[in-house]
Amino acid sequence: MADFLMPSLGADMDSGTIIEWLVAPGDKVQRGDIVAVVDTAKAAIEVECFTSGTVEEILVPPGTSVAVGTPLARIGSAEAGSEPEPPVAPLPERPVPALPEQPRRSTIELASPPARSFAAQVGVDLETVRGTGRDGRITHADVERARPDRRAIEIGGGRLKISPYARRLARERRVDLSSLEPGSADGALRARDLPAITPASTTPSAEPPRHTADPVALRQTIAALMARSKREIPHYYLSATIDLKAATDWLREYNLAVPVTERVVPAALLLKATALAAVKVPELNGHWKDGAFRPSAEVHLGVAVALRGGGLIAPAIADADRLSLPETMRRLRDLVSRTRSGSLRGQELTTATITVTDLGDNGVEAVHGVIHPPQVALVGFGAITPRPCAVGDLIGIRPLVTATLAGDHRATDGATGARFLKTVTALLQKPEEL
Amino acid sequence: MTKTTYREALREGLREALKEDDRVFMMGEDVGRYGGCFGVSLGLLEEFGPDRIRDTPLSESAFVGAGIGAALGGLRPIVEIMTVNFSLLALDQIMNNAATLLHMSGGALNVPLVIRMTTGAGRQLAAQHSHSLEGWYAHIPGLKVITPSTLEDARGMLLTALRDPDPVLLFEHGSLYNVSEELADDAGAVDIERAAVRRSGKDLTITAYGGTLRTALAAADDLAAQGIDAEVIDLRVLRPLDEAAILASVTRTHRLVIVDEGWRSGSLSAEIAARVAEKALYELDAPIERVCTAEVPIPYAKQLEEAAIPRPADIVAAAKRAVG
Repeated sequence: MADFLMPSLGADMDSGTIIEWLVAPGDKVQRGDIVAVVDTAKAAIEVECFTSGTVEEILVPPGTSVAVGTPLARIGSAEAGSEPEPPVAPLPERPVPALPEQPRRSTIELASPPARSFAAQVGVDLETVRGTGRDGRITHADVERARPDRRAIEIGGGRLKISPYARRLARERRVDLSSLEPGSADGALRARDLPAITPASTTPSAEPPRHTADPVALRQTIAALMARSKREIPHYYLSATIDLKAATDWLREYNLAVPVTERVVPAALLLKATALAAVKVPELNGHWKDGAFRPSAEVHLGVAVALRGGGLIAPAIADADRLSLPETMRRLRDLVSRTRSGSLRGQELTTATITVTDLGDNGVEAVHGVIHPPQVALVGFGAITPRPCAVGDLIGIRPLVTATLAGDHRATDGATGARFLKTVTALLQKPEEL
Repeated sequence: MTKTTYREALREGLREALKEDDRVFMMGEDVGRYGGCFGVSLGLLEEFGPDRIRDTPLSESAFVGAGIGAALGGLRPIVEIMTVNFSLLALDQIMNNAATLLHMSGGALNVPLVIRMTTGAGRQLAAQHSHSLEGWYAHIPGLKVITPSTLEDARGMLLTALRDPDPVLLFEHGSLYNVSEELADDAGAVDIERAAVRRSGKDLTITAYGGTLRTALAAADDLAAQGIDAEVIDLRVLRPLDEAAILASVTRTHRLVIVDEGWRSGSLSAEIAARVAEKALYELDAPIERVCTAEVPIPYAKQLEEAAIPRPADIVAAAKRAVG
């Protein structure tokens, strides 16, 4: 018997709102299953359960806001011997040659029970679904994306016409269009065919669409976190200009050999080098808690992602030091798209051990960042730009990038930071080894 | 308020412009002794003399070119072209010179020229005097295209156009000259930048301009009798389009009917539809409807001419399709 508690999805989170339960009493859950969607000031987050067993009782109904630590559901203990290997088994302490994926489970086994039952309910074949969860597990959101009725609804063999305005309103009001009857002569579903707004909800335009952060709340969250960082953390700043000729040459050759969809962007190289440097300079990888630095055995690389509507979230790529370069690229792409669509998982928001902010796309030369508490370092990259520089005794034109480090002076000193940037520089000279 | 006509309102605008600024003069075919082929400039020759009201030979290219030269030389010419069909003879001057000189001189040479011309069908003048080609001119960067549809705009747009440092084309719909309405005694210059909401409504937006505004308003009255509340927007300025006004209205009503006396293909109506689709797709609750002129040269026969151009009933039918 264990209580499933409202998790803390960030150092700055005091409370959260249950948007949706993905399990019901009687459902069996395993450690790592997505059991609920929780709304925080940042985004709607799918939260995992940390025990295995049977859901006995839901204690907090959807729509209710409760403090972090409040019991949300009661989960009975698993039957002895029936618990399979938890899918999120802790990884070994030190890197091993390959991830333990030999007895690779089939995709269907890697779908959680609620995702499986949801798939059956909406008629989605799990074999056709690409899992975006840990180890490729299929989540509720993956099934939702694969729903055949999500975009076009088949009625009598013909595609139902839906006006763009009605489609937008339905999304905002969370109305399932498949249940509605068109009321106009041309058979198209119009705005007036949507159910009237219930008094409980606010005006249609004022209600934020699901999975999209409320920009005002998000701004306040960022304000509080950044103010705390600058108040508590004595930052020191270092910068180094890195010659990326070897890296960009290698990447060009690499990209020529792979299909367009598999191409890797330079940012992925920078992330990978940062993650490996964090292993070699562990003094910068971890958290400052209770007056002392707690190093982390794993490298969970936070990546700052700017939201289209303004604001910023820095979710983590787990175990970034152990991912191959193509996998790093895939994770980066997936993380950015899920951050912007608002389907991040709780773990991704809480586990980062060091964060990277790459503003090169915006053409800046260097970024002197603000550390994300309780982390102790933030690595910044500017634009990769051809610039003149000394190459041997001559002037050459080389693709250069300015890498910066904002370090927490409580945890480390400039010399450690310098060693870190030196390591990043060295790693980027041998891109084939990344 | 005084009861007056669109023609007289235009003439009052001309008179005020001629009085206000010595540099203003007018030229064109029959504008002097005949009083203008639609009677707009009747009496102005007697009042202002032959230096300022000048009859020209029958060569659009020559007198529009002379207008451009006069404008470059510091005058403020108003050139009248009898109909938009004939303006094609001066298209080279309008497009290759008037519209481009500011650009080609690196900003050194403005062409403060106003060209007035008649446009549109409805008077049994057949295919060489009845077309609505203002949408073509609205395609050309360097020009401003204005279309007074009310007496107030007929009275006031010319004055503002003359103050513009660049070429302005002013289109007078031929069916409007005899429209008789009340006009404020202190009517004067009006802006030539914004569209105007001529009738507020919540169920759909109808855009019109110039000669089609009255048609659209008549349709809106019919629709109101059937319980459909249409908003009618008078574009007033075809280039640059007041896009914000159109988008704002569509955002309120979620349905759009575009009325345009030009032909549908490649028309101004197509431009408006494209912009709304680009910038307000998720406001649209129905396909955009267009009511345009049939793709034929305007017929001479009265019933065929009426059938070819937008009628209130066509707009009502389009509006009902949009409302669904």
